[in-house]
Amino acid sequence: MKSTAEWIGGKGFREAVFELVRLAACELPTDVEKALREAQAAEEPGSSAELTLSLFLENIAMAKERQAPVCQDTGLPIFFINQPEGVSRRLITRVCQDAVAWATTKQYLRHNAVDSVTGKNSGNNIGEGFPAVYFTEWDDPAVEMALILKGGGSENVSSQYSMPYAPLDAGRDIEGVRRVVIDAVRRAEGKGCPPGILGVCIGGDRGGGYAESKHQLLRRLEDVNPDPILAELEGRILADANRLGVGPLGLGGKTTLLGVKIGKLHRVPASYFVTISYMCWENRRRSIRIEPDGTWRITG
Amino acid sequence: MIHLTTPISEEEILRLHVGDAVQLSGIATTGRDAAHKYMVEKLIEAPRPLPPADQTLYDELQSFLQGGAIYHSGPILRSEEGRWSFVSSGPTTSIRDEIYQDKVIAAFGLRVVIGKGGMGPRTLEACKRYKAVFLHGIGGAGVYNAASVVEVLDVFKKEEFGLPEAFWKIRFDRFTGIVTMDAHGKSLHDDLAQEFDRNFAKIIKGG
Repeated sequence: MKSTAEWIGGKGFREAVFELVRLAACELPTDVEKALREAQAAEEPGSSAELTLSLFLENIAMAKERQAPVCQDTGLPIFFINQPEGVSRRLITRVCQDAVAWATTKQYLRHNAVDSVTGKNSGNNIGEGFPAVYFTEWDDPAVEMALILKGGGSENVSSQYSMPYAPLDAGRDIEGVRRVVIDAVRRAEGKGCPPGILGVCIGGDRGGGYAESKHQLLRRLEDVNPDPILAELEGRILADANRLGVGPLGLGGKTTLLGVKIGKLHRVPASYFVTISYMCWENRRRSIRIEPDGTWRITG
Repeated sequence: MIHLTTPISEEEILRLHVGDAVQLSGIATTGRDAAHKYMVEKLIEAPRPLPPADQTLYDELQSFLQGGAIYHSGPILRSEEGRWSFVSSGPTTSIRDEIYQDKVIAAFGLRVVIGKGGMGPRTLEACKRYKAVFLHGIGGAGVYNAASVVEVLDVFKKEEFGLPEAFWKIRFDRFTGIVTMDAHGKSLHDDLAQEFDRNFAKIIKGG
């Protein structure tokens, strides 16, 4: 039996993480492709929306065939890691950084880490908080990693509302949440590369709200929220947003969102935040499970 | 589908209207945030004479941007035996260059600005005055778009700006986009924004 340091620090583990990065950049999850195909069929034949969606699908096929990044903005890589007790988080973080730098040399990731003061690009996607890595300890002996690649265009239109939000008469209740989330989609227009997927968090503090909203983006499009109130709200917002007319890339059409995923955190009595992480149409998210014996399989 | 090849004439631009699907071929450069800031502050508005290196780049850009196109994109590239090629390169959000774009159109005689998400009133006015259009690319479709970049001819400011922000002088073969701002003062984005607002008001009241 290998020690955990030999397991995590070994060549096989690093290769598994590299594979996860490559997949996230070059091959979209099957549920996303399916949703885009259904959206294309629903748009008017010959419309800009239909043309745009058909070119999205062509691009997905080309990216997979050529093993090239679906989009040139490979964003900020964000790892969500479930890890057993007693495993070094520092070591896992280092392995994630190594895999990201390696994938960058193979053109699976763009040079994306820029020093915020000097403007200098690190050239290898390593920097302060870059990539981002979040951990949860679990009872399973394996390590599971989910990775999302969060592009800048969609991140720029993500937003947070402090409720009540007077311009929309939006109070601290489910109806208030619905209003501000639709507002965020309206304001994003074409800038977040719609049709988007929303990760939403009700509650928490400002930082925790953003983290949870990103965590929601890991859910598959067809899953159903176990909380019946949130499940209903997700369906309602999805239907409402698709009546805005924003359409693919904001050029008009019926498909403005592909999915809405909502979570909640407890809040202090004085605060009520609604946080919306906007994800572009590609929704680049993949996951992998790595066993203690070093074998691994793609799980999503 | 309308086909255009650089250098593009004023007449060709005037025949275009918002909603037209276009395939563009010919020489262009990429340029995004750092490139636009540099062009305006160091090439267009800087006191004359320009430092020799800037003057050289200014002359070079003038030589192929007159009647040409700028592409708001930060590509992923591959270098094999000293030859660069585009791996993935879709349009980036254009509105960030709104404070520069009108000056760049005027100074370099651009006919086509390629990007995504549309631009504001200053760019729309420049399109009308100097006869140019905004061509909306297929955002996110990095590989599809990179396939239309058939040749990398040169690169400027690579070390200073980094790979995504450098000027990549390229040759397009049938780059596909949709005209969303034309030289007649029409912006599809402005028209659609009004429609979104009407729909939004109905949806909010529906609560």
